[in-house]
Amino acid sequence: MSLQDSGVDRGLSFPSNALSEVPFRVYTDPEQYRIEQERIFKGPTWSYLCLVAEIPEPGDWVATTVGEVAVIVARGPDGAINAFVNRCAHRGNLLCLTEKGHNKEITCIYHGWTYDLAGKLTGVAFERGIKRQGGMPPEFRKDDHHLQRLRVAELSGLVFGTFSDEVEDLETYLGPLVVGGVRRVLNRPAKIIGRSTQILPNNWKLYAENVKDTYHASILHAFLTTFRINRLSQPGSINIDDSGGNHFSQAKMDYAAEDAEYKAAQLRSDTDLKLADNSIIDPIDEYGDQVSVQILTVFPNMVLQQIRNTIAVRVLRPRGVDRSELEWVHLGFADDDEAMTERRLRHGNLVGPAGYIALEDGCVGGFVQRALQYNDDDSGIVMMGGHDAESQTFRASEAAIRGFWKKYRALTGA
Amino acid sequence: MTPEKGGRGMDEAALLLAIGDLNAAYADCIDDDRLEEWPDFFVENCRYLITDRASHEAGLRHGIIYAASKGMLTDRVMAMRGANIFEPHRYRHLVGPARIDRVMDGVAEARTNFFAVRIMHNGDSQLFATGRYLDRIDVAQTPFRFIERLVILDSQKIDTLLVLPL
Repeated sequence: MSLQDSGVDRGLSFPSNALSEVPFRVYTDPEQYRIEQERIFKGPTWSYLCLVAEIPEPGDWVATTVGEVAVIVARGPDGAINAFVNRCAHRGNLLCLTEKGHNKEITCIYHGWTYDLAGKLTGVAFERGIKRQGGMPPEFRKDDHHLQRLRVAELSGLVFGTFSDEVEDLETYLGPLVVGGVRRVLNRPAKIIGRSTQILPNNWKLYAENVKDTYHASILHAFLTTFRINRLSQPGSINIDDSGGNHFSQAKMDYAAEDAEYKAAQLRSDTDLKLADNSIIDPIDEYGDQVSVQILTVFPNMVLQQIRNTIAVRVLRPRGVDRSELEWVHLGFADDDEAMTERRLRHGNLVGPAGYIALEDGCVGGFVQRALQYNDDDSGIVMMGGHDAESQTFRASEAAIRGFWKKYRALTGA
Repeated sequence: MTPEKGGRGMDEAALLLAIGDLNAAYADCIDDDRLEEWPDFFVENCRYLITDRASHEAGLRHGIIYAASKGMLTDRVMAMRGANIFEPHRYRHLVGPARIDRVMDGVAEARTNFFAVRIMHNGDSQLFATGRYLDRIDVAQTPFRFIERLVILDSQKIDTLLVLPL
């Protein structure tokens, strides 16, 4: 029986057609992880690659990954952004060894094969041999060995790439709601004001779900409830695209909104903490729409966050079935004055590996991963707020998580 | 007090010893879980930042912890004790000898290398952070206090989370 006959290539089966049951083995099965690399990261999805601001000049490049596949993103001499695999066509060597650089062309250290900034093979050392001995055989043509390219698309200074020729264009992929959410936050050119990376001891999907999970926010992160940054009783919404995979949730600043039913739940996290220095949360309404929190996700690997005045892109990188890395790219804008820059730096305390409202997200995934060790036969239940993956005007809901699984199952054939 | 840089006079030796003792006391305060005493190592209008070398050299101002007042330090301790959720763990700092870059107007600029091991409640231990402290220390009064302590980590990668200060 071939692998295909046995259905191994179809991925884990889910217990039902309902979106609200997720088998724990999705987080622990190595074969499922391999299928994800093929069907999701190399499939009909758009992965965040980098910021336009990281490759401003022709010759600039960054080396990154799509899933675990090593890719290079380069600004060509004509100004176009190109993305191609970071793997020499000759013997498979890694072409770019560091995170970023600037070159007129890309040369492999091993045998000197050379590529232009679009991944086209332009030079093969000793192609014609030395003194008429050796060299490549007559049928060898450089045109047969250009590097595999990704389609590239930009939105509001974010660069995305895909291995798929079939996937629709980026804006159609995201849907108008999510495109609007990106444009709202990145409404002018952004610049990088900081970077940090968290190593997460868990499967990447546990973080992906966590970001879409408005249910946990006020419970796991005591800081939020106490200082009313994001009580679930504040006005807000969850907006999910048709595929389910992309979303954004919002909360507005309305300190007057008290919810008796919410207080009655007597959540452990509702304490009487008072900050000695309020400046870490003291915001200005820079977008003029009272939205104090917007969390936006692009399936499979990107988050765009606005929390008060701290704005960041978070890039989720799978690094094995039980390990991932989360890179935080903290942003400001060219027109920020010193006061705004200082405000963003102070609000930055809320997020990142030491973030007042993010650090728990760093450890909770690992807790799940440990609890599932050799005990993953059951399923998680994701039915808060219903069974669908539809947009909602309330945030006591797991709808965006169900949306993630809707898209995931469509891609992996589960 | 302005001893010559590189000189080997008593003043400089005494200053080095005193700053070394400050560093050791600072590390002990954190490692011994006496974190309520941590803000007292700083002056009121202080600065404390944790970042990584590449970001620092690129001039990026963000820190994964960024405190611009003593109040922000006490808030860190309060949140750690009363709000944030994480598995219990401790650090063990190993701190190198201090090196003084210069002393001017009662402020010493010093640098000190360090390692920090993180020991989880179950005993799992890991080299959690390496880096150097870049300090501006008020040495005009005793006890010495930090005007500014920049924690420059060698790596941008933090395992899981950071909640105890370095």
